[in-house]
Amino acid sequence: MDGAVPPQAGPRSFVHRLRDGDEVAHVVTLIFASLILLVTSLLVFILWEKSQLSRAQFGWSFFWTSVWDPVFSHFGALPFIYGTLVTSVVSLAIAVPLGLAAAIFLAELAPRTLSDYIAFLIDLLAAVPSVIYGLFGIFIVVPMMRTTIGPALKHTLGFLPIFKGPNYGVGFLTAGIVLSIMIVPFIISVSREVLLTVPREQREAAMGLGATRWEATWKVVVPWARTGIMGSVFLALARALGETMAVTMVIGNDPKIAASLFAPGYTIAAVIANEFTEATGDLYLSALIELGLVLFLMTFILNGLARLLILATERGGGHTS
Amino acid sequence: MRKILLGLLAVCALALTAPAQSGTVLLNAAGATFPAPIYSKWFDVYHTAHPNVQINYQAIGSGAGIRQVQAGTVDFGASDGPMTDDQLAQAKVKVLHFPTVLGAVVPTYNIPGVTASLNFTQKALAGIYLGEITKWNDPEIAKANPGVKLPSDDIVVVHRSDGSGTSYIWTDFLSKASDEWKNKVGKATSVNWPVGLGGKGNEGVSGLVKQTPDAIGYIELIYALQNNIDYGSVQNAAGKFLKADLAGVTAAAAAAAKEMPDDFRVSITNAPGAAAYPVSSFTWLLIPAKIDDAAKRDAIKAFLKWMMADGQNYNEGLSYAKLPKPVVAKEMKQIALVQ
Repeated sequence: MDGAVPPQAGPRSFVHRLRDGDEVAHVVTLIFASLILLVTSLLVFILWEKSQLSRAQFGWSFFWTSVWDPVFSHFGALPFIYGTLVTSVVSLAIAVPLGLAAAIFLAELAPRTLSDYIAFLIDLLAAVPSVIYGLFGIFIVVPMMRTTIGPALKHTLGFLPIFKGPNYGVGFLTAGIVLSIMIVPFIISVSREVLLTVPREQREAAMGLGATRWEATWKVVVPWARTGIMGSVFLALARALGETMAVTMVIGNDPKIAASLFAPGYTIAAVIANEFTEATGDLYLSALIELGLVLFLMTFILNGLARLLILATERGGGHTS
Repeated sequence: MRKILLGLLAVCALALTAPAQSGTVLLNAAGATFPAPIYSKWFDVYHTAHPNVQINYQAIGSGAGIRQVQAGTVDFGASDGPMTDDQLAQAKVKVLHFPTVLGAVVPTYNIPGVTASLNFTQKALAGIYLGEITKWNDPEIAKANPGVKLPSDDIVVVHRSDGSGTSYIWTDFLSKASDEWKNKVGKATSVNWPVGLGGKGNEGVSGLVKQTPDAIGYIELIYALQNNIDYGSVQNAAGKFLKADLAGVTAAAAAAAKEMPDDFRVSITNAPGAAAYPVSSFTWLLIPAKIDDAAKRDAIKAFLKWMMADGQNYNEGLSYAKLPKPVVAKEMKQIALVQ
């Protein structure tokens, strides 16, 4: 690059820059980037437009109505919003401790070759189609929940309102467990990568000050990487919010709000997958599309909160990798 | 490089402008999933007999099939439920309904300790699905099954989570069995079920029922027969408890044939007659009354004639019930209306 540009009067013209390739790269990458934006905007536009009928009919009450009646055309999103949030929270509650602990082990405590092999296997887990997880849920998790896990929880923690009520095997808790298995690879993969980028000086400095191996890991390395770890958690949350097939096979598909985790429920993605093809009637279809819009909004809000949290953490001393 | 590109362009141009094989008629159809196996068989056999006619069927669901017919994007459609007056009004052309095969829905259950085949009265089924009958040893169930020791466990109700013709037939039957169901819930491919877990597809419902003790669900007769799933008997309008079989379903259609409306949009659930299985239904082909393309029109009419005569012989092999003769005779007359 040094000395390659001949001295010329004034800035080079656009055509000149084009022929040199810089401008071409600039334009091409700009086009691709704007294509993504265009597709997203188109998606939102279609969701907005096709749900017009339902929005006009129900207005804001769509958010707090609990009835979903295709025959009498009363539609409300509340049970689905509740189901989506509950299953996602349960799955995070299970996956985050598990995933973080596994990532810490793989990054800090395991020998490097073992860590690489296991990381490869975990990445394979992420590639399994969600229908397979659904089948795994139906054939293994549901019977286990009904015969073993459910009664055990009732026996020990049955006084809590979240563990009261009949246990069918399918329900919020089962869906949460299946979802957690699906999202844990994301947390492990990304967190492990982030933990591996923490500079050795940090660890060595901590040990030099007298910290034990665990203290150095937990009090110095993990906080350094906490922005990346939070990013991985929100990535996992995004997957959990949108997961369709695996959830619909194990959640019981009952659009009701219940305090108990053993109760059957319904999520937005599941109801759209189940009812879209057979939906006759414009209002019905429009209500389903409005549900899609609601899910999009939820994801948008949660991602926004994630950004804010990461920003706040950065100011507090975390580092982006 | 340029020569290769030019060559490719030439080939593409040729392929696009080449005239279609003269005489081949390609028909596109879409709709119900329930009759998809028999339709596939029919279209295949018909194509072998008439190689110039090719019918392409996509089982995308009754609702989607109706929408495609309304928009005119397919040559004809298929649906498990007849089109409502509103839907007919929204279609671009007038649509004729042609019943093709019959299907039935059966109740299946899993009660620990009970191996006998249970009888269900209409009130019992409606009460169970309304959530009013909650225990297996409820008198309404017990009185129809003397001699069977029913436990006092809570009934776990299972229904379809996806929109489906099977649900349409079941809720149609329940609407006739109980006024409370008719007013509170109604009949449709998807309803607001008062109680119960939802399973996706026949396999979802039967899977849930098999796995969950004290469960009851409803599945298609064909699915039950092909997978050797045991099912119960339902009381028909004449008071007899019938275990569903192909003969009982055809009898239901024959009984309803006398009152059949001219447009064939009829529900044959709860049909009169001692031999009629009460939870039966037609499935229809939705044919536009006016088809501009003469070749397509003749092909469709010829296929319909074949379907009602030779086609019916393939039904029982795939566990579908045949159309009764009075219905076939009436349908043949409707073919003339396709112009």
